[in-house]
Amino acid sequence: MSSLLNSSRPPVFCPGCSHDRMTRALDQAFSNLGLKGEEIVIVTDIGCSGLFDTFFNTHAFHGLHGRALTYATGLKLARPELNVLVTMGDGGLGIGGAHVLSACRRNLDITLLVLNNFNFGMTGGQFSATTPITAHVGSGFLNRIEHPLDVCRMAGSAGAAYVQRCSSYAKNLSEEIENAVRFQGFSILDIWGICPGRYTRRNRLTPEIIEESLARMPSLENPVPENLRKEYGRHYRDLAGEQAPVSPPKKIKAQFEPPESGRKDVLILGSAGQRIITAGEILCMAGLTAGLQATQKNEYNITVLRGHSITEVILSPFKIGYTGIEYPDVVLALSQEGVDRKKSFFNALNENVLIIQDSEVTVPPGKARIHPIDFKSQKIKLPDRALAALSVLAKMNRVIHLEMLKRALESRFKGKILASSLELADRVKIGI
Amino acid sequence: MEGNEAVAWGAVASGCRFFAGYPITPATSIFHTMLKLLPPLGGVCLQGEDEIASIGYCLGASMGGLKVMTATSGPGISLYSEHISFAIGSEIPIVIVDVQRLGPSTGSATRGADSDIQFLRWGNSGGLPAIVLAPVDVLDCYLLTIQAFNLAEAFRCPVFIASNKEIGMTRENMNMDAVEVPKIIERAAPPAGEPFVPFEAPSGSKTPYFLPIGGDVIVRQTSSTHGTDGYITTDSDEIARILDRLKTKVVSQVDRFSFHESYLEEDADTLLLTYGITARAARDVYRLQKSAGRPVSLLILKTLWPVPEKLIRKNAEHVQRIIVAEMNLGQYVREIERILPNKTIEFFGQMDGRLISPRQIQEVVAHV
Repeated sequence: MSSLLNSSRPPVFCPGCSHDRMTRALDQAFSNLGLKGEEIVIVTDIGCSGLFDTFFNTHAFHGLHGRALTYATGLKLARPELNVLVTMGDGGLGIGGAHVLSACRRNLDITLLVLNNFNFGMTGGQFSATTPITAHVGSGFLNRIEHPLDVCRMAGSAGAAYVQRCSSYAKNLSEEIENAVRFQGFSILDIWGICPGRYTRRNRLTPEIIEESLARMPSLENPVPENLRKEYGRHYRDLAGEQAPVSPPKKIKAQFEPPESGRKDVLILGSAGQRIITAGEILCMAGLTAGLQATQKNEYNITVLRGHSITEVILSPFKIGYTGIEYPDVVLALSQEGVDRKKSFFNALNENVLIIQDSEVTVPPGKARIHPIDFKSQKIKLPDRALAALSVLAKMNRVIHLEMLKRALESRFKGKILASSLELADRVKIGI
Repeated sequence: MEGNEAVAWGAVASGCRFFAGYPITPATSIFHTMLKLLPPLGGVCLQGEDEIASIGYCLGASMGGLKVMTATSGPGISLYSEHISFAIGSEIPIVIVDVQRLGPSTGSATRGADSDIQFLRWGNSGGLPAIVLAPVDVLDCYLLTIQAFNLAEAFRCPVFIASNKEIGMTRENMNMDAVEVPKIIERAAPPAGEPFVPFEAPSGSKTPYFLPIGGDVIVRQTSSTHGTDGYITTDSDEIARILDRLKTKVVSQVDRFSFHESYLEEDADTLLLTYGITARAARDVYRLQKSAGRPVSLLILKTLWPVPEKLIRKNAEHVQRIIVAEMNLGQYVREIERILPNKTIEFFGQMDGRLISPRQIQEVVAHV
C-alpha cells in the first residue's frame, strides 16, 4: 500500500519532537492494515496532537479541546463501517475526562491514541493530568501538589476493553497502533513521548528513560479480560432492532355533544402522587370526544413525590388563546397544599362556580357552590381521587358526561388499568 | 400531545435520525419521545454524559450525513456554547431546541420564561448570526421543527427552536388533517463531476455543498479558521471573505423565512408585538379589543433571528405606538427599539414564572 501522508502538508513539529515518529508510525499502520484514505477518519483534539488530521489524506475532523471523542462517537454511530481514530494529548485527556470515561464504559469501536508528553506543549509547557510531581513546568509549583494520572489504570477501571501503553520510540509502534485499530471495541493506547520545545528544556527525559519507566509500570493484559464484551454499536443496533415501532399519535374522533355549551375552565388542585396531571390529560381527551379544543397547563415543583400539583384545563368550542385560568368554572379541590397554593383566589369566585371538594380538604370561604365528597368513606385512595372527582363531575353532567369520560379512559389506558378506572368511574357516588 | 412531543414528531417527519441529549427539565420529554421513535426507525438516540458531549455527538453524526437534533434548557444552552460556535463557524447543520425555563443559572426548572432570547443569538464566540424560531403552540412545535430542519439543511447552520416550559410541557390538541406540512429539504451534494470544495459556495449561493465524512470523497472538517479547502489559513483576505459569507448567508435571506402571524386593524393606533407563549394572551387581547370597539393590531413573530426587519417595519407602518410583551425583563424589545427609532416603544415584561395574562396586556394598552 502506498503512503497516506499528505505530501502538500508535511509535519511541522519542533525538531526532535516525538510526534514526528508518531506520524510515520501511523502511516505505516494504515498501510499495513490495507486501509484507504476514505475508509478512515482522523478526529483530532487541540494542541500539537490537533495537527495530525492535516498530515494525512483521510477524512478529517478537528474540533474543540477535549471533545474529540464526542465527535468520534457521533461519526462512528452514523457510519459504522468507518475506521475512527482519535489523536489527543495529555491535555485533552484531562479537560475531556468525562468523555474518556464514557468512551471506556461504552466500548464503541474507536481507537484513542493519547500522545502523552506530560505537559501542554503549545501553550507554554503548563502541567497536565500526567505531569510528574517532580517535573519543572510552566505552572510554577502547582504540579507538585497534584497527583498525576495513570491513563491505563484509569481506562481499565472505567471499563475499556483494550488498554495499552508504549513509547513513541518503540520499534513496534506501528504494530501497537495496528493492534489497537484491529480491536473491535474501544481501544486506548497511551503513547509516551518527548516534547523538546517545552518539557525537556527543564526536565531530563530520553527514549531510554521512557523505556525504563514503562518497564516499571504494572503489566497489562489485552484484551482486558474483565472488560471484554460486545461492541457498543453492534449492541445498540441489536437492541434497537428489537424495539417496537411507535404508532402515530392517537386521533380522537368527535362523536358526542358536550353537556354544556361554551368554554369551560377547570382547575384541579392536588398534590404530587395524586395523578393530577393524568386526570387533566383525561379531561382534555374527554373534551376531544365532543369535538372541543383543549389545553392543559401544569404547575408543580421539581420534587417528584412531594409538593403541590396543579393542572389547568380549558375545553372550548373555539380556539384557545391564553392557557392560564383567570376565572374557573369548576375547581376540583383534592389536597390542602394544592388549595393553599391558590387560596387568594377563592374569595373572588361567585355562586356559578362549582367546587368539588374532597371533604378532608378545607376550602377558603367564598360564594362558590361547594359539593363535598367523602372519598375516604367511599374507600377511594388518594391517587384515585382525581379520577373519582372527574367521574363526579361527569355524573353531574358538568363540562363532560360519563360517556365522554369513558371514551377518554379507553383512549388513554389499556388492560387492567382501564378496567379498574372504568370500575372506579362507575362506582363513585356523587352524593356525600 | 404536549409541545415537546410535537417537536420530536416534527423532527422524525423531517428525516432526523440522530438525537443526543442530557436530561433536563423541562426539555426531557423530547429525549424520551426521540428514544421511543428513533431506534425502531434505524436511528440513534443517545443520552450523553453531559450537554457538551450530547451536542458533540450530534456534530459528529451530522458530519457523518445524518439529520441531527438536540434539546435542552438554559443551563444546557450555556454548556452548548462552544459547540454552537463550532456549528456556526464550520457550517454543520443541527437543530437545537431550547425549552426555556426561568433563569438565571439553574433558576427554576419547572417555571417558564423567555430567558434566553438574546443568549441564543449572541451566545457564540465570534458573534456570527444564528437562526432562531419561536413556536406559540403545540402545532407550531411540530411545523417549526420541520422548518428548522429545512433551514439547517439549506443553509448548513444551527437552527434553534426557542420553546418555553409553558409550550413544551403544555398539552393541546392538534388537528393534523387541516395542516399543510412543508416540503422536506435535504442538504445539497455537489453536481456530479464538480470537484468538492468543503467551504466554497457555488456561484449564486452563499451555502457550500455538503458531502459526508465517510463517503467516497475525502472530507475535511475543522473548528479552526479555515480556507475554502478546510485547511487552517492565515490569509486575511480569505478569512474576511468566508466570515462575511457566514454572516450574510442567513441575514440576507431572512425575508424568505420570516414566519409570523399578522392581524392589522385599520383603526388601530397601537401594534402589539410579541412571540412565543405570550402570543396566546396577545391573540385574546386582539379579539377582546376588537369586540370592544378599540382595536389594536397584532404581530406575532415566529422567526426571531435574524431579526425580520422588513416585516417589522412594514407591520408598524401605520401606528405610532408599539407594545412589546415578552416573558423576561426586556430582551427582544431592544431590537424593536433599534429598528423603529421614531416610534413610541412600550415594554411589558414579567419574569416570575407566571404567564403574562390578557388582562395585564390590556392594562398596558389602556394606559396611554
